[in-house]
Amino acid sequence: MELISIAIRSIFVENMIFAYFLGMCSYLAVSKNVKTAVGLGMAVIFVLTMTIPINYLIYNYVLKKDALASIFGPGIDLSFLMLIVFIAVIASFVQLTEMIVEKFSPALYGALGIFLPLIAVNCSILGGALFMLGKPYTLGQATVFGLGSGIGWLLAVVALAAIREKIKYSNVPPPLRGLGITFILVGLMSFGFLSFLGFSI
Amino acid sequence: MAETTIEEVKPKKKEALFSKKNRRILTDPLDGDNPITVQVLGICSALAVTAQLKPSLVMSIAVIFVMVGSSVLTSLLRNTIPPRIRIVVQLAIIATFVILVNELLLAFVYDTAKDLGAFVGLIITNCIVMGRLEAFAMANKPWPSFLDALGNAMGYAIILLLVAFFRELLGSGTLFGLKVFPESLATNGLMLYSSGACIVVGVLIWAQRSFNGYREDA
Repeated sequence: MELISIAIRSIFVENMIFAYFLGMCSYLAVSKNVKTAVGLGMAVIFVLTMTIPINYLIYNYVLKKDALASIFGPGIDLSFLMLIVFIAVIASFVQLTEMIVEKFSPALYGALGIFLPLIAVNCSILGGALFMLGKPYTLGQATVFGLGSGIGWLLAVVALAAIREKIKYSNVPPPLRGLGITFILVGLMSFGFLSFLGFSI
Repeated sequence: MAETTIEEVKPKKKEALFSKKNRRILTDPLDGDNPITVQVLGICSALAVTAQLKPSLVMSIAVIFVMVGSSVLTSLLRNTIPPRIRIVVQLAIIATFVILVNELLLAFVYDTAKDLGAFVGLIITNCIVMGRLEAFAMANKPWPSFLDALGNAMGYAIILLLVAFFRELLGSGTLFGLKVFPESLATNGLMLYSSGACIVVGVLIWAQRSFNGYREDA
């Protein structure tokens, strides 16, 4: 029950895009058509679900204050290394995934190819890891949080891509075309998502 | 004849510190090639931290520092970085500067640093920094890279402060925490949410493109 609540919260209430604006750059870049949006969304779900538990374990058993007390004695606080370790984990995981996918499933690699390297610099991955620290989660809950955030991201990007495909047929004022109208669309969509704010399960 | 050839050779020998080309590198990103509104880089933080002017200002200074530092360092190392692992190397360079900034902020402006929270860390994945390293610093000498980084960071800072100005003014009726509008005037709470930020950025882009005539086919 707790897990379902976390999943719902991270998909709808604390949606990566609409509540925190994480991963906006690739969000705007790939939302031109639904097919590529689904591709990147899937990759984001996968990487988030895998890296959040890894970073959780590293933080709690290596970096946290006194986490290494049993080996080196108390008083060791490595948490200032957090940022560089997290980004290293994410970048190397992405690289690893890319190599494995390329080796075993060339078809999937062809479909995801360009998107995988992009994910290393997608702020929603590092953001997810940093937000996870601010919450008192267990390992299982952190994994569900990662999965939920990924699904929320996919939902947001596919919805925007669908709207942008439609809006091609509308008469938007020329200076507003492209990026401008997209921002206003995102604003209106996130206005809609505000209605989830009061939900509690 | 002899004079003209000398004139042609001269500028190549040593380029002035603020030659026309270098000035262009510095000023282009402020308007016509702005990182946020034209190159679409670094949107996340531009929207997330701009509810108030003060955190936006701190964030801008932090980004300027990180960009300039990492650009110059990358440019100095550009011939020794192996191309295959350059992304990881660049991330490590950026992360080093971000950790420096983070510790400095925690030491001197603790409250604002707490407000910014995860977003200082997220400068690492701010695509402006990565984008300029990849597109410019990897292929140019330190001085042009310095100017390019400074210009782009300033272009970013301008947009950040503009968005924060409108959001704080309309959302809470204050500027830098000082009351501007009388209490009787209702504030627009929507501006404090993310949706308000998006709409402000959208309208800014609209205004900018109406003035400079930049068009995009979409």
